[in-house]
Amino acid sequence: MIFISQLINGVHVGSIYALVALGYSMVYGIIKLINFAHGDIIMVASYAVWYGAVRMGLPTWAAILLSIVICPLLGMLIEKIAYKPLRGSARISLLITAIGVSFLLQNLARMIFTATPQSLPALIPGKLSVGPWTLSYTTLVTIAVAVVMMLCLNLLVSRTKMGKAMRAVSEDTEAAQLMGINVNHTISFTFAIGSGLAAVAAVLYCCSYPQVSPTMGSLLGLKAFVAAVLGGIGSIPGAMVGGFVIGIAESLTKGYIHSGLADALVFLILIVVLIVRPAGLMGVHRPEKV
Amino acid sequence: MNTKRTAFYYLLAALLTVGFYFVLTGLIRAGVIGKYHADMLIPVGFYIMLAVSLNLTCGFLGQLPLGHAGFMAVGAYTSALATRYLPFEGALGFWIALLLGALMAAAFGVVVGLPALRLSGDYLAIITLGFGEIIKGILLNLNFTGGARGFKGIPKQTDLTTVYICLVLTLFFIRTLINSRFGRAIISIRENEIAAESCGIHTTFYKTMTFSIAAFFAGLAGGLYAHYIGVLYPTTFGFDTSIEILVMVVLGGMGSITGSVISAATLRLLPEMLRAFLDYRMVIYSLLLIVVMIFRPTGLMGRYEFRLSKIFAPKGDKSHV
Repeated sequence: MIFISQLINGVHVGSIYALVALGYSMVYGIIKLINFAHGDIIMVASYAVWYGAVRMGLPTWAAILLSIVICPLLGMLIEKIAYKPLRGSARISLLITAIGVSFLLQNLARMIFTATPQSLPALIPGKLSVGPWTLSYTTLVTIAVAVVMMLCLNLLVSRTKMGKAMRAVSEDTEAAQLMGINVNHTISFTFAIGSGLAAVAAVLYCCSYPQVSPTMGSLLGLKAFVAAVLGGIGSIPGAMVGGFVIGIAESLTKGYIHSGLADALVFLILIVVLIVRPAGLMGVHRPEKV
Repeated sequence: MNTKRTAFYYLLAALLTVGFYFVLTGLIRAGVIGKYHADMLIPVGFYIMLAVSLNLTCGFLGQLPLGHAGFMAVGAYTSALATRYLPFEGALGFWIALLLGALMAAAFGVVVGLPALRLSGDYLAIITLGFGEIIKGILLNLNFTGGARGFKGIPKQTDLTTVYICLVLTLFFIRTLINSRFGRAIISIRENEIAAESCGIHTTFYKTMTFSIAAFFAGLAGGLYAHYIGVLYPTTFGFDTSIEILVMVVLGGMGSITGSVISAATLRLLPEMLRAFLDYRMVIYSLLLIVVMIFRPTGLMGRYEFRLSKIFAPKGDKSHV
């Protein structure tokens, strides 16, 4: 009984991780960059929901819409300003820039909204009771939304022209350019989609943990990144599987071992995966050629 | 042929180092540098040590560790425990504590380095970041170090002289290391790991060793910090501190010890001079990271090193190159 509820909890958290992991995975696949700022986009999205719902007094749906519109724009803006000038320079420079952007977003939020966490009203109240089982609507909605988003993304990547372009650019940027694909547009589009998914994840996260703070995104982002690596970075189904596995593992640790160890466990998983199977569960290993 | 000249420069450098120390303490004693400002010089000292040691892995080995504050924490807590529980008194006990802290950090460097360094750049960054967070998490939950309430009552034994000695030793050691066979090996790993490996360089050994040496000096700086501030909180050693050290290295120039020294000193002293700067410090740091990377990816000093022989060498003499 406890086991089942822990499992459901795990799937709930895991579907949020999976949505965030998709953003990491897509961006990594296309420009080979760990987008450190991705976690902070979640934070910005949550603040957008809070600002819309609490400060401006908008209805919930409008506040959610606001955050889902802002984040893709922010994602594209970051890419244009910070990452694009560095395309083709050393990987380490790009990584440092990404850390800089992440730090900048956090500290700007701290400056504007102060470090005190702000509370959100419950976005999806109520729970479903069937016999001895209770299940909050939040959990149901989270899992359903996440699954639908993933299916849509899969369709987008495998069936549309833009999806084909994305796959081509991540396979070989130069060759894609020679085939007439607009690489800049494709990369911008990838950032927009990734950030949009992060915004959705942020809204779902706010439903279950109704609190926003400037550093809320960093640990969530890191765990999602671990999920992306576990599933195989660059692989979309991998990110989903990774998200669920991390969510369930974390939830079971909290329930059966010690809640303080959950974060350490996530990094332990990362270390083990990288040593045993660096390409992840569903990734393709590409040996480095000289 | 050049041994005489080399010996001369070493002697000159030693004299200048000692001379600078006496000028500094003389100025403090004469009251030209006030007590408040003299106190500020101590953190400058250990931040320079942190920046230079990070530069070893970041600039010379070409990896990006993001958990440098974690090693500092290991050194700080180990040395604080050593001064509390070991039966040595006074200055001897203090130096033993510093050494123990540094050695413990070096051991952690090996433990973290062995799995992490088998991986390339990005993953290494994430794992070291995770390591820093795990150390912080463990320290928050450990009872005998005070947990979140902090480790209190550490004797404040760090003074300007200790920091100065440690700083000079650190700079001398790292500088000599870089110019040795070992240094050439790690620079070759930075330039091209596969090529270095096929030239017979045992990359895993050199990487782990470098990581461990960097951790050693971070641990030493941590020990100095613990005995300077007197009380340790796990949250001091979080990601923010690691990034602060990284900013110093990046701004000064990855691969320039001179650059790290100058930028660490500037970034520590500047906020004290400009109080208004303090509130926006972190925002400015992050902007600095982005702007430096976009417009001058090599950092302000690039790979330039300050050398006495460059100043004194007669024109056309290339022996220092």
